[in-house]
Amino acid sequence: MSEDIKNFLYLNRRAPYGTIYAWESLEVVLIGAAFDQKVSLAFVDDGVFQIVKGQDTSDLDMKNFSPTYSALGDYDVNQLYVEQESLDERGLTIDDLMHLTWEDEDEDWAEKDSIRVVSRAELAKIIEGQDVVFSF
Amino acid sequence: MKFAIQINEGPYQHQASDSAYMFTKNALEKGHEIFRVFFYHDGVGNSTRLTSPPQDDRHVVNRWAELAEKHDLDMVVCVAAAQRRGVVDDGEAERNGKDATNIHPRFRISGLGQLVEAAIQSERLVVFGD
Amino acid sequence: MSELHTVNKSPFEKSSFDSCMEHVLEGSAVLLYEDGVYAAMKNIAAEGKVKSAQGVKFFVLGPDMKARGLTEDRVTDGFEIVDYGKFVDLAAEYDKVVAWV
Repeated sequence: MSEDIKNFLYLNRRAPYGTIYAWESLEVVLIGAAFDQKVSLAFVDDGVFQIVKGQDTSDLDMKNFSPTYSALGDYDVNQLYVEQESLDERGLTIDDLMHLTWEDEDEDWAEKDSIRVVSRAELAKIIEGQDVVFSF
Repeated sequence: MKFAIQINEGPYQHQASDSAYMFTKNALEKGHEIFRVFFYHDGVGNSTRLTSPPQDDRHVVNRWAELAEKHDLDMVVCVAAAQRRGVVDDGEAERNGKDATNIHPRFRISGLGQLVEAAIQSERLVVFGD
Repeated sequence: MSELHTVNKSPFEKSSFDSCMEHVLEGSAVLLYEDGVYAAMKNIAAEGKVKSAQGVKFFVLGPDMKARGLTEDRVTDGFEIVDYGKFVDLAAEYDKVVAWV
């Protein structure tokens, strides 16, 4: 690997709205996308709640930032790892999550899924393969 | 080793800033390089010059400022997080129509790109949070 | 790659220690500091997780133990008590640091 390109992992373990970490970590991802590193996001523990579909903050007078996840594909951020056990523990399945996609220009802009559900053991290996892990 | 330090919490509320300070100080004493100290989320609160903690306890802001002065550290406060939380320098005061500033001169407000750059340029990113 | 995993929250307050332990691989290390030092105590659920981890080194920050009145005799066997200087050494020795906040 070129010494200038690193594998960056953004470790998301918290639910949205109760604290600002989910939103402000997404802001780092968006800015970071301009730096041409290999970027992945991991949703673990309560982090899986960040990408649950149907978020509606209209009664809270807080900004609903969930649409931003849908924009990640446009920023070439398309490796969103979701931990299976974290979903299971919370009674969630992939059908509860937003349908996040990206367009692969190498395959005629075919739409592909950005979310990859992986086991805890697989995620441990994925984390091991990273150069830098951001925690929020 | 070249370190980048990320601090996610404000002074006193959490121990994060203290732990980061101790780590940073020890790293410098061992001859390591601190590429940047980046303050994010409530961590931006570590940069205001207006704190008056009790005399018999550590002065978190000043301690960081003194360490930065001694070792010429780059202490960066995220602009978006600072705007949300009311940490203001001259530039931000003018841009956002504020009638005061509160940042300690040893810190500078800049963009999140500085955190990303620090992670790229350093050999180790160490995050202190809650 | 080998990793230094850090845990700074009490295992009774948050699941961060458990989450860390679920993702640590052989050859890596775990450092407990701040309120995370409580996970080093004997006779709590965390002890079982520490004892059954294969090929993982465990460290606990002495200054944080001392601050909390947590004496060495209450710490699970297998933990090395370290100071901040050693924390720095570990961060340099392992390929990266993963913070479980």
